[in-house]
Amino acid sequence: MQPINYMKLEFSSKSSNEGFARVVAAAFVSQVDPTIEEMADVKTAVSEAVTNAIIHGYEKSSGLVKMECILYSDGVEITVEDEGQGIPDVNLARQPMYTSKPDMERSGMGFTVMESFMDRVEVISEVGKGTKVTMYKKFKSLSKG
Amino acid sequence: MKVKISYKGNTLIAGIIGELDHHTAEYVREKIDSELIKATTKNVIFDFSKVTFMDSSGIGVIMGRFKNVSKLSGKLSVANVNPQLMRIFEMSGLLKVIPVYDNIDAAIKNM
Repeated sequence: MQPINYMKLEFSSKSSNEGFARVVAAAFVSQVDPTIEEMADVKTAVSEAVTNAIIHGYEKSSGLVKMECILYSDGVEITVEDEGQGIPDVNLARQPMYTSKPDMERSGMGFTVMESFMDRVEVISEVGKGTKVTMYKKFKSLSKG
Repeated sequence: MKVKISYKGNTLIAGIIGELDHHTAEYVREKIDSELIKATTKNVIFDFSKVTFMDSSGIGVIMGRFKNVSKLSGKLSVANVNPQLMRIFEMSGLLKVIPVYDNIDAAIKNM
């Protein structure tokens, strides 16, 4: 499948940009006209990934969060990347209910939500270098056959 | 993001209006917690009818308030949850401890 469109966005690791990033992603994928539910899935997954980059990746420091979207006629690939502190144990971080910040009232469901709302989630992380989360979703409403 | 506080009998109703994410969670927390300090009641209903977006940060907010009111022997429930949000509620395990009702009247009846 050939990509039909591409975008890249870079923004400061401020929590007010969580809403900005998910609205941009939703607006971008809306070009291929997925269902409202499929758009809501993308918005929620992007919100989780960007929130992770801001509160875990950069924690008390600040930096830039990069989001890339590759749009296909019936799906999307979205990458959210930070150059923050990285995840020491990715498998542990992906466990439902696991949170490295129990004092912050975090539910530990970020990766679980991404995995449920997207078809595939890949996490590449290196301590001290950063984290890259790549998510794929096929818009079943648009796939032929 | 707005939180509309109202009372029905002995129950505090927190109407969440807007997008509930990590950015707005802090405001929602503070608004409800400061109201609970003043209030005589320890029973809370979250009204989600005007929530236009929620991610897993919302689960943290609800669970946090649930823990607080439970310590004071209060009750907490959630009303008017749309299907998209219900999926997050389900996968988080929140439904095992917090009742969810179709509307405010049902939530009050079961308080």
